[in-house]
Amino acid sequence: MRDNPVLRIVAKIIIPVILLFALYVQFHGDFGPGGGFQAGAIFAAGFILYGLVFGTEALRNAIPPGLLRFVIALGLVLYAGVGATTMLLGSDYLAYGALAHDLISGQHLGIFLVELGVGITVSAVIVTIFLAFAGRNDP
Amino acid sequence: MNVAGLYNYWIVILLMMTGFYVVISSGNLVKKIIGLNLFQASVFILYISMGKVVNGAVPILREGVTTYSNPLPHVLILTAIVVGVATTALGLALVVRIREAYGSVEEDDIHRQDESL
Amino acid sequence: MISAQLPALQVVVPLLAAPLCLVLHRPFAAWLLTFVVSGISLLVSIALLGQILEQGVIDYTFGGWAAPFGIAYHIDFANAYVLLIVTAISTVVSIFAKRSVASEIEAHSQGLFYTAWLLCLTGLLGITITGDAFNLFVFLEISSLSSYVLIAMGNDRKALTAAYQYLIMGTIGATFILIGIGLLYMLTGTLNMLDMAQRLVAVADSRTARTGFAFLTVGLGLKIALFPLHLWLPNAYAYAPSAVSAFLAATATKVAVYVLLRFMFSVFGIDFALGAMPLSTMLVVLGSIAVLSASTVAIFQHNLKRMLAYSSIAQIGYLILGVSLATPAGLTATLLHLFNHALMKGALFLALGCIAWRLGSVRLEDLRGLGYRMPWTMGVFVIGGLSLIGLPLTAGFISKWYLVLATVERGWWPVVLVIIAGSLLAVIYVWRVIETAYLGKTQEAVSGTEAPLSMLVPAWLLAIANLYFGIHTELSVGIASQAAMVLFGGQP
Repeated sequence: MRDNPVLRIVAKIIIPVILLFALYVQFHGDFGPGGGFQAGAIFAAGFILYGLVFGTEALRNAIPPGLLRFVIALGLVLYAGVGATTMLLGSDYLAYGALAHDLISGQHLGIFLVELGVGITVSAVIVTIFLAFAGRNDP
Repeated sequence: MNVAGLYNYWIVILLMMTGFYVVISSGNLVKKIIGLNLFQASVFILYISMGKVVNGAVPILREGVTTYSNPLPHVLILTAIVVGVATTALGLALVVRIREAYGSVEEDDIHRQDESL
Repeated sequence: MISAQLPALQVVVPLLAAPLCLVLHRPFAAWLLTFVVSGISLLVSIALLGQILEQGVIDYTFGGWAAPFGIAYHIDFANAYVLLIVTAISTVVSIFAKRSVASEIEAHSQGLFYTAWLLCLTGLLGITITGDAFNLFVFLEISSLSSYVLIAMGNDRKALTAAYQYLIMGTIGATFILIGIGLLYMLTGTLNMLDMAQRLVAVADSRTARTGFAFLTVGLGLKIALFPLHLWLPNAYAYAPSAVSAFLAATATKVAVYVLLRFMFSVFGIDFALGAMPLSTMLVVLGSIAVLSASTVAIFQHNLKRMLAYSSIAQIGYLILGVSLATPAGLTATLLHLFNHALMKGALFLALGCIAWRLGSVRLEDLRGLGYRMPWTMGVFVIGGLSLIGLPLTAGFISKWYLVLATVERGWWPVVLVIIAGSLLAVIYVWRVIETAYLGKTQEAVSGTEAPLSMLVPAWLLAIANLYFGIHTELSVGIASQAAMVLFGGQP
């Protein structure tokens, strides 16, 4: 597919837009449809489009699988870590009110971090699944 | 009984039975997973359609709106969708490995290969 | 301060350990993390049990939202008891797993294996401890998905088809549970189990409640492997890695039985569940058929792991018989058998794991003369087998005794005959193995030695626990009967 000029050029134009849209969806979960899961899926879709058009080797060069494994763990640790932080600050697990000076901003901050963790993990997992499937040779 | 007013439940039942039938009757492992997805999609529609409140607006906080639809089913279904995606991915990964080990994705072939040992 | 956070820590510690295990590459580090985390979870569950013995009930809310708006953990005797079983089995089997997994799974997959183990542990603990219906579904899926992965890692290619079949059936079961929870939410407007119980009293007579109950029971029946929804279990336990068979056989179905009890008694209430719905009759019939048919099929198996899997189905039949009696005595017998069966099956599967490690196979024919070549391993098997049959002085006898007492109290004599017939059938299939191991002629020279200590010690630990809890019954019976009282009392 790399030889097809239309696909190549359109992909190069669209992939940054997809990634930007994913970031928009990620951070506007409070004010509209959005949030971690959806944003992670869209973010991964951008990378998968790259892998489809330019080949899985190019995708592997862009994102090493070792890095992906680390990012999956990072997102989950971020989520659980927010809860652990609130526990260390004296409150219950995931009691966001402990994170900032008052309840509302604490909830804003807490949910922001938690959704970020979710988005990171979901995008890394979907790209990993794609690479695992696409890398196998047909017997 | 108001049959027409309950049309969302009829759709749920239709999808559920279709998906369930595909899972049970199909011999191809990939088709079973497709049936499973259909089955789970019907459950999603069940949850979301029950969350709609009559004259309720979209559950996003805005000025001048007093009645909102119930946002809780949306959150539940988001989680359930992700679970469904994970199950599908896992199922398909198993199918790929089965294809490599047995050479086929038809249930009958696999049974035959296992019995003959 | 920590003691107030124990309910959250019970689930959070394995949950945080799982991604750490993912980034650790070396198998030894992954194994060590799993063992340490299982041990910490065991300590937490013992501490929780201690708190329960003082306070009776623990409530813990998340996110600062009070119940019933937020997710709340509700721990009472029944919970704490099952938590102890799950964490204890995970710790003991993880000691065993070091050598066993090293021999059955390739080195580069072992890190992922232990990650899935930790996630399964998180899921099982979460299911047990939670007081929110949808939270239960989420943890149920976490534990189910990770157990599919664990089973698929067996070294036979049939492990893949077994995992696939378990995936299809398990997902259908979980989706049924989701439908049931959805119908209950539609009816009551809440997901908190205690709140739901209060609100259900007014609407229990509606078709929605009955349908929700039916979906929940069938979905849970699939997870419990209740006859006739047991088809996934024999293959899954037979072809999984030995440590996984031991871990899942002793915990997964027990936790599902606990969930059934929780929904039947705490959410719906005994009058609805066993009175208005014909569940009592159904469970008696299905439980009896499970005991008799599964024990009979077990007699004809050549693969010993499959034999033990069918035996597990029969034991689950016993558990369900206890539930169907609808009396506190019956429930005590079921809860007692949850604990004792975990000990029995754990010991038996660990013994088979030692045999698999040494011989590479678990076929009956290959066990000829093994009683003299591997005396310690076969000793564990003999003790576990005697416990399965229900000989006095073993834990199995105690649970059978309580079950028979409860059945006699109810006056259901045919069921007593079923229980005794099940024990007689167990004698046959256990005797087959003992006869081959001790009385069979060895074919090759007496060369193989015993299994390594790190595998024998956990197996003997469970075997001795069988004997200990068969003689000193105050602890297990005491907690089981208190848990039954709590469940029967409805809301604490």
